[in-house]
Amino acid sequence: MDWLRLWKPYIFPSPIAVFTTLWSLILDGTMSIAVLASAKRIFLGYILSIIIGIVVGLAIVRFKYLDENVSPLILGLQTLPSICWLPFSILWFGLNESAIIFVITIGSTFAVSIAIESGMKNINPLFVRAAKTMGAKGFSLYWNVIIPASLPSIISGLKQGWSFAWRALMAGEMISATKGLGQVLMVGRDLADISQVMAIMIVIVVLGVAVDKLIFGKVEINIRQKWGLDKA
Amino acid sequence: MSVVVENLSKSFITKNDKINTLDNINVEFHKGEFVCILGPSGCGKSTLLNIIAGLEKETAGRVICNGKEVKGAGPDRVVMFQESALFPWLKVIDNVEFGMKLAGIPKDERREKAIKYLKMVHLTRFQDSYIHELSGGMRQRVALARALTLDSEILLMDEPFAALDSQTKNLLQLELQQIWLETRKNIIFVTHNVEEAVLLADRVIVMSANPGTIKKEFHIQLARPRQPENIDLAYLAADIMKELKEEVEKVAKAEFDTDWTSKKDPILSDSDSNMGTGI
Ligand SMILES: Nc1ncnc2c1ncn2[C@@H]1O[C@H](COP(=O)(O)OP(=O)(O)O)[C@@H](O)[C@H]1O
Ligand SMILES: [Mg+2]
Repeated sequence: MDWLRLWKPYIFPSPIAVFTTLWSLILDGTMSIAVLASAKRIFLGYILSIIIGIVVGLAIVRFKYLDENVSPLILGLQTLPSICWLPFSILWFGLNESAIIFVITIGSTFAVSIAIESGMKNINPLFVRAAKTMGAKGFSLYWNVIIPASLPSIISGLKQGWSFAWRALMAGEMISATKGLGQVLMVGRDLADISQVMAIMIVIVVLGVAVDKLIFGKVEINIRQKWGLDKA
Repeated sequence: MSVVVENLSKSFITKNDKINTLDNINVEFHKGEFVCILGPSGCGKSTLLNIIAGLEKETAGRVICNGKEVKGAGPDRVVMFQESALFPWLKVIDNVEFGMKLAGIPKDERREKAIKYLKMVHLTRFQDSYIHELSGGMRQRVALARALTLDSEILLMDEPFAALDSQTKNLLQLELQQIWLETRKNIIFVTHNVEEAVLLADRVIVMSANPGTIKKEFHIQLARPRQPENIDLAYLAADIMKELKEEVEKVAKAEFDTDWTSKKDPILSDSDSNMGTGI
């Protein structure tokens, strides 16, 4: 049984080793410090991207000039993995928190603004016509009709933005952070401790899925039920 | 006198050519009057109604509503569409309150009024439902209640019952007459169905197609509420149908292949007296 020897503990760790490592990372506090540091960054970066994304998205919807000139640029920039911004980011902000937060923000902003733009452009025009004949115009038309009507696509844009932000955070931390989940993962690599790498990967997946399902999932299900979108 | 349409024309510029949809329309709608605008599909009924509503811009002429020229949409001319256009993110009761909320009417007052009009359309039981939980007929009732809450003198309706099954349609036609008797609004009701027009209207305005103009008017002075079985209505409907045969064929000739004639394709014997396919 020669092939059994192909399996070497430093290539792929045993589940027991991974859980032992995970447990000790939790016990000695490394894990909570790392999770807290990562959470703080993504919270700041993501909130910032939502604010900027909404402002940019609304501006594009509102002004034809921006739509014609800025939309193609945004679509192009969106294809760029946000970690590519890290060199610039470090030049502009230095090797510190701001640099990582910038990468997170830019990772998710475009997804959010594109979702706002296409969501608002694709609403049923009948809603707007009906609302106008009932006296809606200007801000009240946006607030009472256009925004709620585009909410389903806005939520999926926010969700997509979240997953981009989460990836950008990990990439940023692996390259340039002094704490955080990505950094602990890199320490594992530097020490050739593959079970630590694996343990952190599991935590990253679990946290990512948890936010996706518990926050976005709940909101999405709620909206789909109200709208009757699940009636097949 | 509440709505005056003066020398109104509308043309659409498309990629290939220019379509003269409405040509020099002159018509008046009076306070408290129930008027049906009848014409074959594609003759420009919706376009006319949308211009009166202020949702679409005229090419020439003007619409004057209570002495003021129409410049845009507004709650003095609420529209009810063929599809209910209710908001899926709001419960029934909040949909009914929508216009009043925009008008800044306080919460208690608008709730009370919303319930009153939901009662009028017999749907108070469903006030907490979402729109997708209602049938097509129920949705049109909610849309009607929503339109009534704004107390506009003018109510514009664009084939509001065209998508409903005939039983539901008959019921709603009866109820609309009842509601009109109670509220005495000026209802401008667009339809392509002759029987519906004679059943509902004080005055039927028949439109011709290509370009859309007003061909003839019929005054109907029968007691209300009228029942669809009424024999006088059947005579009237036959009269108007004669007037329309020509128009229907005109549209059909324009839309179908050139070898089409009404004998091969007896569109007029359609059991519902729909003129052309209902769009
Ligand atoms: N947005 C538009 N662009 C181009 N042509 C239009 C548009 N809206 C309506 N039309 C033209 O006007 C005609 C009348 O349309 P419409 O008012 O909807 O008719 P109706 O309601 O009587 O069925 C159509 O056949 C079409 O040629
Ligand atoms: Mg129409």
